[in-house]
Amino acid sequence: MKPLAQSARRIFGLVYRHVALYRRSWPRLLEISYWPTLELLIWGFTASYFAHATLNPGLLAGGALIAGVLLWEVTLRGQLGVTYSFLEDIWSRNLGHVFVSPLRPAELVASLLVVSLLRTLVGLFPATILAYLLYSFNILHLGPVLLLFFINLLFMGWWVALLIVALLFRYGAGAEALAWTVAFGITPFACVFYPVAVLPPWLQPLALALPAAHIFEGMRAALLYNLTDWRNLAAAATLNAAWLLVAIAVFGLQFRAARIRGALIAIGE
Amino acid sequence: MNAIIVNHLTKQYPSTLAVDDISFAVPTGSITGLLGGNGAGKTTTISMLLGLLVPTSGSITILGHNMATDRFAALAQMNFSSPYIALPARLSVIENLRVYGHLYNVPHLARRIEELAAQFNLTPLLKRLAGELSAGQKTRVALAKSLINRPDVLLLDEPTASLDPDTGDFVRTTLETYRTTHNATILLASHNMAEVERLCDDVLMMKSGKIVDRGTPEGLITRYGRDDMEQVFLDIARSPAL
Repeated sequence: MKPLAQSARRIFGLVYRHVALYRRSWPRLLEISYWPTLELLIWGFTASYFAHATLNPGLLAGGALIAGVLLWEVTLRGQLGVTYSFLEDIWSRNLGHVFVSPLRPAELVASLLVVSLLRTLVGLFPATILAYLLYSFNILHLGPVLLLFFINLLFMGWWVALLIVALLFRYGAGAEALAWTVAFGITPFACVFYPVAVLPPWLQPLALALPAAHIFEGMRAALLYNLTDWRNLAAAATLNAAWLLVAIAVFGLQFRAARIRGALIAIGE
Repeated sequence: MNAIIVNHLTKQYPSTLAVDDISFAVPTGSITGLLGGNGAGKTTTISMLLGLLVPTSGSITILGHNMATDRFAALAQMNFSSPYIALPARLSVIENLRVYGHLYNVPHLARRIEELAAQFNLTPLLKRLAGELSAGQKTRVALAKSLINRPDVLLLDEPTASLDPDTGDFVRTTLETYRTTHNATILLASHNMAEVERLCDDVLMMKSGKIVDRGTPEGLITRYGRDDMEQVFLDIARSPAL
């Protein structure tokens, strides 16, 4: 078997490990789509209320809110998909076996990203359908640019997740709480529901350093003015590439440091 | 020909010298016991052999591969079992074996799993969740996992800890058979001295991070003027001179 095929098979092995787990656990499957659906309902009804209160059909404004909810969930679910899958192996005290197999660290990361993509697609599917049924909002109306939004937001979720996994290598399962909170903490600066200009001037550079702020500016341009904002899309892609490089470097350094400290042996403790 | 060659291996933690300049070689096809009290450095040594832990200094060569620069080539021909590292409890036995079969790129995986299931009496358990098995059943599954890639080098950390005598005997017989049929090299950390006498061709005695003595079980028993390895172990563990 050629090295690339061997590598693909090892990645498949870990993906299979997670798919097998979800296949038999309906609570885990439910959990994947629970929060996106809940967020959609809250913001969808909020948008409907504002539309009635202002005697404005508010379709565009409501569309921006609902699209914001759905797209931001791509980042949140993408990040959780990686960190939750890694934590599954910590909780099951299985990482020792994984790390003494021929699986390379890059293959471990690749398998976590594949699981994350699957979790994100499955998790967002019910919310996307509900958005159409309850609020007549079809996310596909964004057109082909939706794919670019999706990819950029997913990548942002992934580099945030890699940084969190690096912290898990550094601080062990004690850093578990970060897996659930970090991406939510970024939300105010991602400018999901409002333009960057709404933030105080001193906070705007922070927002503009995040790919998400550019994506959501682009999303509002697409929804409100039917424009494709290539400048913001390019900025988001560039920032994602830069942050991803930083995250890979930090992950690699922390993995190496964990092997020196012996943290891989006791990562679940 | 030596399957494992360790030269001047040291592991220094900020406040502890866990392994202190040890050197040894394990001949191909032999079973070597790594013995010592708690904190002697056995687990640290095994972790370095497996690439889980980077040595402070020294070198490890396994099956001709330098573990510092080429560990994945060696790991593909090795495997490991320990009662202290679990298999995912919410996966069935067959799913666990499939996962590790893929990780080790085992050819004809379904057939290999059938063979192992027959060998370890796991066929009726294949669809059971790993977390629902008894300690003895879990040990059989862990051993099946550790043999799934037909490893040339097998590292075992207390393979029969907390097992009843019947299951313990089953494990020992399996290891003896595997060594004979595959000319495999086995390094075994154990606190069970009867097991060491039965299985091991050679024994490395560790204390405070050093190898303080080595030899065949019979040779050590004779040299210390004792009846069995249990007494040799106690002599070494309690001797302030060593």
